[in-house]
Amino acid sequence: MSCDDKVDCGRRRLLVATSVAGGVAGVAAVVPFVSSLAPSERAKSAGAPVEVDISKLQPGEMMTVEWRGKPVWIIHRTKEMLDNLSKHDDKLADPKSERHQQPDYAKNEYRSIKPEYLVAIGICTHLGCSPTEKFKTGAESGIDADWPGGFLCPCHGSTFDLAGRVFKNKPAPDNLEIPPHYYLSDAKILIGEDKKGA
Amino acid sequence: MAGANVEKYKSDGTTAGNLLEWLDARFPLMALWNDHLAKYYAPKNFNFWYFFGSLALLVLVMQIVTGVFLVMHYKPDASLNASGVPVAFASVEYIMRDVPWGWLIRYMHSTGASAFFIVVYLHMFRGMLYGSYRQPRELVWIIGVLIFLVLMATAFMGYLLPWGQMSYWGAQVILNLFTAIPLIGNDLGVWIRGDYVVGDATLNRLFSLHYLLPVLILPALVAVHLIALHEVGSNNPDGIEIKKKKDQNGVPLDGIPFHPYYTVKDIVGVVVFLIVFSAVVFFMPEGGGYFLEANNFYPADPLVTPPHIAPVWYFGPFYSILRANTVNFFWIDAKLWGVIFMGLGVMVFFFLPWLDRSPVKSIRYRGPLYKGALTIFVISFVILGYLGMLAPTPGRTLVAQICTILYFAFFLLMPIYTALDKCKPEPERVTG
Repeated sequence: MSCDDKVDCGRRRLLVATSVAGGVAGVAAVVPFVSSLAPSERAKSAGAPVEVDISKLQPGEMMTVEWRGKPVWIIHRTKEMLDNLSKHDDKLADPKSERHQQPDYAKNEYRSIKPEYLVAIGICTHLGCSPTEKFKTGAESGIDADWPGGFLCPCHGSTFDLAGRVFKNKPAPDNLEIPPHYYLSDAKILIGEDKKGA
Repeated sequence: MAGANVEKYKSDGTTAGNLLEWLDARFPLMALWNDHLAKYYAPKNFNFWYFFGSLALLVLVMQIVTGVFLVMHYKPDASLNASGVPVAFASVEYIMRDVPWGWLIRYMHSTGASAFFIVVYLHMFRGMLYGSYRQPRELVWIIGVLIFLVLMATAFMGYLLPWGQMSYWGAQVILNLFTAIPLIGNDLGVWIRGDYVVGDATLNRLFSLHYLLPVLILPALVAVHLIALHEVGSNNPDGIEIKKKKDQNGVPLDGIPFHPYYTVKDIVGVVVFLIVFSAVVFFMPEGGGYFLEANNFYPADPLVTPPHIAPVWYFGPFYSILRANTVNFFWIDAKLWGVIFMGLGVMVFFFLPWLDRSPVKSIRYRGPLYKGALTIFVISFVILGYLGMLAPTPGRTLVAQICTILYFAFFLLMPIYTALDKCKPEPERVTG
């Protein structure tokens, strides 16, 4: 700031200080408005774990339950489905599940605690549609002749195998997310929580 | 053009004249009237393409009026009512079935949204035909692109309000675009939705903004668009400046007062538009599934995505560009590329005034290169729009990728082909 005889430097300093203080207060006043858009306490508390009975789920079938407003799939995979999983690693974007899309106890070739039961969030990692099941293999699926069975996202055409692993060169970047879950007993799964002490 | 120096209105002695004098002494009424209507000289050779600006204004007013009345019955509430139907969905059905004439107001509003985009796309195409974005109208064009952006945001938010399956999953997809941003994406997505998934919080905030944007922001932008236009003057199908040839009073030789000449002409456009608009509202309000999609007559179900979800037609081209990105480049994955290219697909319009190096403005005097490029661009845009409404297949994705490249090539190669083009000489005066 240049000071000559025409400018009262005391007043100008006061003006600058006042403007700065006012500006800081103005910016601070934005905080409550921005914060008000974050999830409310009620929304945060709505994410309680869900208990699911899987005793009636036959091999080759899937069921959908709701957790935190999202569809969670439980798929009872057959032996044939499990055997097929290892045959197309070269076509997958993350065959070894190295990206953090699952709890450590599901970081294995089947992406599950028990090989036959897959528990996955049925939300495409691209833009959040819920993929549809395409369990039929080969040309019968309408996808392609060597389709190993899995899921097709209707929105943008991403495909996932029966372990929720995404195929390469599709819009979705990651494998389907595996939610925290554990077995209460052989017939019951609790979705939304890791096993205590695990 | 400044109103302050204009002579104030003098009464002719009648009561109306006295009232006008009293008003004009206290408010620049006559100055505004003259600057924007009675003494705003527009080129005399406006053709068919010049209807769409005033029609866009008409549709904006219609959307605001119908919207205000719809809000008197609509409830932005995602919770389920006693019959297990979301309250928001049920309130739209209530408007359609039980509110007297509610069906008409709702169909005017839903058809109006599509009409808005038809009119605005044609208005933008007019600008590209005659080089209306070129110097000195760059700012008019930039404000216009801003209006287009706000319009898209408004339409997207409005489509969520009926809380049908397409509303829900469309919002899920579009709001999830933000999660593609590295590092902060997921938290940003939660903040925008106000919940971990699209829900009641999302519905309420988008409803709030669906009121704010069109009722306050759009009219303000339209006013700035018009003030900037009237400062530099309208372009015309010959793309030459009528202000270069003026008579002794400073009035452009090829200019005619906007009022009454173009106000009357525009009324003809309005009548034709309203005939077509009414035919759609009364006889095919769903627009064959393009204006209101069949899936949106099912209430939102967060657990099931419909087997085929597609945006409303006016987002088709940009949605196709999003979907066409299936390859991971460098360290950025395809999801983020899709979002980047979709954003660029709109943003690139901002740069049009500086990409065009042609010595002439109008298509009438441009050479074959620009004519060919514009034709390819329009064809690509239409194909992308069509593909955006269809389910993806490998073949369609390939076509979309080719069209996406052509779409961007139109803009990015423009400095080269417009500079090389063999243009015809512009006339001295407008040719009619």
